[in-house]
This record gives sequence, C-alpha cells and structure tokens, in this order.
Amino acid sequence: MASKLGEGGRATESSLAAAAVRLEHVTKKYKSMVAVDDLSLELAPGEFFALLGPSGCGKTTTLRMVGGFDQPTSGRIFLGGDDITWTPPYRRDVNTVFQSYALFPHLSVFDNVAFGLRRKGTDKREVSQLVEEHLELLGLGGFGPRPATQLSGGQQQRVALARALVNRPRVLLLDEPMGALDAKIRKSMQLELKRIQREVGITFLYVTHDQDEAMALGDRLAVMHGGRYEDLGEPQRVYDQPATQFVAEFLGACNLLAVNPDHDRLCLPDGSVIGARLGTMASTPSLIRQVGVRPEKMQLRRVDHSDATSPSSATNRVNATVDSVVYLGATSEYELTSSWGGHLHVVAQNIDDADRLRPGDHVTASWHVEHGFALPADNATVTPVEEPTREAKEASRVN
Amino acid sequence: MTTDAPVLAKPASRRPSWIRRHSPPYWLSLIGGGWMLAFFLIPLVSGLIVSLETGNPLTGYHLTWNWAIYQQLFVHSDIPYTTFFLRSLYYGAATTVLSIVISYPMAYYIAFKVKERWKSPLLFLVLLSFFVSFVIRTDMWAFILSNQGIVITALRDLHLVGKNFHILGTSNAVIGGDVYNNLAFMVLPIYVALERIDGRILEAARDLYSNGRQVFLRVVLPLSRAGIFAGVLLVFITTVGDPVVSSLLGGVGTYTIGQAIQDSYLTNQQFNVAAALSTALMVVLGLIMFIYAKVFGTQNIENLV
Repeated sequence: MASKLGEGGRATESSLAAAAVRLEHVTKKYKSMVAVDDLSLELAPGEFFALLGPSGCGKTTTLRMVGGFDQPTSGRIFLGGDDITWTPPYRRDVNTVFQSYALFPHLSVFDNVAFGLRRKGTDKREVSQLVEEHLELLGLGGFGPRPATQLSGGQQQRVALARALVNRPRVLLLDEPMGALDAKIRKSMQLELKRIQREVGITFLYVTHDQDEAMALGDRLAVMHGGRYEDLGEPQRVYDQPATQFVAEFLGACNLLAVNPDHDRLCLPDGSVIGARLGTMASTPSLIRQVGVRPEKMQLRRVDHSDATSPSSATNRVNATVDSVVYLGATSEYELTSSWGGHLHVVAQNIDDADRLRPGDHVTASWHVEHGFALPADNATVTPVEEPTREAKEASRVN
Repeated sequence: MTTDAPVLAKPASRRPSWIRRHSPPYWLSLIGGGWMLAFFLIPLVSGLIVSLETGNPLTGYHLTWNWAIYQQLFVHSDIPYTTFFLRSLYYGAATTVLSIVISYPMAYYIAFKVKERWKSPLLFLVLLSFFVSFVIRTDMWAFILSNQGIVITALRDLHLVGKNFHILGTSNAVIGGDVYNNLAFMVLPIYVALERIDGRILEAARDLYSNGRQVFLRVVLPLSRAGIFAGVLLVFITTVGDPVVSSLLGGVGTYTIGQAIQDSYLTNQQFNVAAALSTALMVVLGLIMFIYAKVFGTQNIENLV
C-alpha cells in the first residue's frame, strides 16, 4: 500500500478502481483529541461493510469524513479511484441515512425523496417515476403526498432510505439508522435492509454500536477502538478469532485464560498445556498473553462420568467446580472456578435433563483447540495487520 | 420471586362527569378570555357605536346611526384621509420589507454562526434599545438627523450632499425610524424559527446535492417561514397605526392615519371621526392580514418561493 501511495496521483487510479471507498492514513484531530487515528480502509464494490465500536471510537467521524461533513486533518479519501478528500458533500456521489433521519419537515414524503434528484436537475417525468419506484421498493407505496413528519419512526426511516437510495449513489452511508427504532421493528428492518442492499447492489457503509446488528448485516466488519480499527474481517472470523481482547469482549462474552508461553507451548497457571489458534496480533507464541474461549464453545462433563472419548491433542481440558447455574430455558449459564482459582463462564444448551449440572459438581470443561484464540497483552500497541489469507489462517496454529 | 400478593386496584370511587373531566382547559382560558372581552371586544363595539354618533364637542354626541360618515371621510372629503391611509400602508409595507432585509441576516448570524455563549448577549443587544422610552429614543433620532445635527453637518462638510439636503420631514426618515423601532419584533421571531432548525437537516440537504444557495432557498427559508410570518404581523400592524414616529421624524408630507386619529380625537375632539377612522383602519388591517395569512400561511410555501 505504501508503494502505491508513493506513486500518488492519477497513475494509480486504474489499479485502485476496484475499491468503492478507500481511506488512506486518515487522521482527524479536534483540538487536543484524536478522533480518528491513521485509519486505512478499503471497501469493495457492492459490499455491506459494518463499522462497529463503542461511542467515541471514531466510527461516526469516519463516516462523516466519507460523507464530506468533516475534513480529515491528514490522509486522503478515494471514491472509486477519485480523490474526494476536499470535495464538498453536494458534489460527492455519496448519500447518507442520518441517525435521526433528518427528513425535511416542510416537505411531503414524495418531495423528500425527490429532493436530491431535483437538485441534480433530473427530468420531471423521470423524477416521479424513480420516486414512485423507490417508495414501492421500501413498502411506502401511496405515502407520497403525506407530510413526512406525520409518519411513524419506522416509516420515517424508510423515507430516509428511499431519499438516499433514489439517487443511486456509489456508496450509501448509514449512521446508526436503527438507533431510534424499537427492538421488534429493528429485527424486521435488518432483514429488509439486507434484501434491499442485495437488490440495488450499492456499497453500504454502516456505522453501529450494536454488535449483533453488525454481525447480522455486514459482509465484513471492522471493530473500532480509540480512532483505529483493532480487527477487520468477516463477522464469523472476527467473532471466532478476534485479534484483541477488546474486540473479543465487544463482540460477545468471552473467557480469558492467562497463559505463559514456554518454548512454543502455552501453559495455564496450573501448569497444564493448552493449544490455541494464533491471532492476527498475537502472531507468534511469544506474544501471547491470554487465550480466549467463547462460553458456548466449552463443553462441561462431570468428572465421575466415565469418559468415552480419550483426551486428544485437538481438545483442551480444564478441571473446574460449578459455582452457580442460571436456567434460561433454551440454555443454562454456568459460573465455574477452575482448578487454579480462575473464573469461567459457560453457556450450554439444555438438551438432556440428566446433563444439567448443580453447584458443587466437579467438572471438566473442554473445548476444541481451534476454538481458543490467542490474544496479545491487553495494552498491545502493535498495528493490526491486513486480514491474513485463508492459507495463512490455516497454517497459524500452535499446539 | 416476590411473595407480595399483587395489590388490587382500588375501585374508582365515582367516575367524574364528562364536564368535570373536560372543563379544565376552559377554566384556564377564563382569564385570557375575560381580558379579551373587557379590553378588546367591548372597545371594538363601542368604537363602532361612537363612530355612528353625530354632534360636536360643545353640544355633545348622540347615537344617530350615521353610517354616512364612512362615505364622508373617504369620498370627496375636505381632508384627504384616503391619502393618509394609503401613505400609512405604504410606510408599513416599506418598513416591513426593510425589517426583513435587515433582520434576517442578523437572526441567521446569531442562530447559526455565533458560539452558544454569545447568543444571549447578542439577543440582549437587540433588545437593548427597548430599555429607553419609545418617544425619547425616536426623538433622539430627530436630534441626530436634524439639519444642524452631526450627520447632516458632517455630510455637508464633506460635500457629499447639497446645501438644502435634509433628512427630517421626509418619508425616508419616517420609514427609517419605524424600522429602527420595530427591528427586534422581526429579529426575535425569525431567530426563534431558525434556532429550531436541526443542523442535521441542513447536512441532509448538502448531502442531497444542494449548494449553499440551494440549502438556504429550499430548506432554511421555508423552515423559517413561520418566524417571518410572525414578524410581518408584528411590524406591519404596529407601524401602520403608529402616530409617534411620523410626528417626530416626519413633516407636512408624512402625515399618517395614526396622526389623523390622534389629532381628531385629542385636538379637535371629533370623537366620531376618530372612531370611524380607527374602525376603518382595523377593518383594512384585518383584511390585509387575512389575505396575507391565506396566501403565505399555506403548507406549500415551497411552490411560491
């Protein structure tokens, strides 16, 4: 990437045309605060990309810079190969769905949706045809003459989507568009958004703090923290093999086992050796400080049960005692104390009543080596590397 | 799990009557309604009645249902009341237009361009002239703009104007004074309307291919319509009926209907003439405002702008 940067200008355009949006070392500073810190991102055409992170992580600032509402302090932004860093918003082929919808309160639904087309000087007949088409696409047929402010939250959100999509932008920016919707509408809207995105084939850049939403919608997602992303990839990969502790914990519950690397082997505090998959940041055994395991990936068995399966190198085992059980219908949540006094959290499906454990039971918690992910020290300052290739991922396993 | 049994809802002692449940708004409007009745409706009707009386200041006035007075005043009258009327309407219209032109940028600046902590001080400055009595501050302008005052002396010394140039006594002086006195009535409602506009709506407009001019014409202006509308009502009505500015800053050629009403009432004690003029003024203003509201108060102002 650095060499491409060095060449600069138009010479590289043809080779970069593939990316719908590209951010090159983008930094945004507000007085003393760094909102976005040397961020480089690339969105493929037609991709649904989710930018995920807690509030203040810089995700909205990133979106606003792509939209043109904020200018980066340094770095460049490309839209399909064109440098748009300093292009004003009204000349960018990008449209935004705002968190609060920001519909024009003085206009009808039709006029709201037609707003962009009219500013572009689209032919009158084409305007009304396109607007009706998009109202139909979003299930708003017949709503055209209504005042925009008299619709429900869900309907207003659809109008906001139609208003942006009707312009056929090269990239659609969505700033927490579901933030103001209640949970039920949100679920159905997610499905619909995914359908619409497939139908129109426009690149979506979707900003959210809701990890379920990001995983459900995104073809890829980036988890942002402190102005940069800590991990980027397909949702399943990022969930199963997060690069850092922050990413692991942001995407869901997670057990963290402190380990000591000892000659390419990972030792738990009680001395037993476990295996884990190398991460993008804990890429060599010496960097590994912790191993993470998702609670649903652990299996619990009573110790007194005669164990049919013999221990294998593909399975990690830990002895533990059950502290408490919370029954949740479909699943049960167990809190355990491991043999060295550590704390474990396990979620198990309630399949067989006989398998259910009670506080005080001695158990072995086991999980597949593949399900343990290596994490670096919490305050690691290593720059995240690009998504490794599939082969590299297969290869990066230690036992 | 709690062991407390759910508390049974206490049966309502008695359902209050429909009137009891729905009357509070009417009770609350009682003071305002009473005020309107005592100080607006009664003078209105009594004004109309007084205008239909005949007589003179010596013998007193008696109600004779003299509807002809309206014709006498406005058709082939010795005193050109119609001219005064039209002149006042012209002053009102010119003042209103000028007020909008001056106030809108002020309000826009305070609402959008100024840091939050400077807004209140600036609005206070807009209101500051109201701390001085209306008559005094208008008369101060008469002093400043008089032929021996600093403005004209300076202009004359700089040879920018001729020897006979004067400001006082002209229509422009009256309109200028009216604009000065009414500026706050235009700035404040426009400011309130602009202040309420969500910044994200402006971003949405820019996002949808509007440049600065289009954002203003298509979004900001239509959304501040209510403020302009309120400002126009306040400024136009107060200006048309006002006798003070034209008498202090004007001359023979700027005599307004407000002055005519004042003089016929206080100086000549022609109560019926004063009442008839004021009733006519009220009807004309009411009509103009009604038409104005019909045209500009509609939802689809975008089609007009």
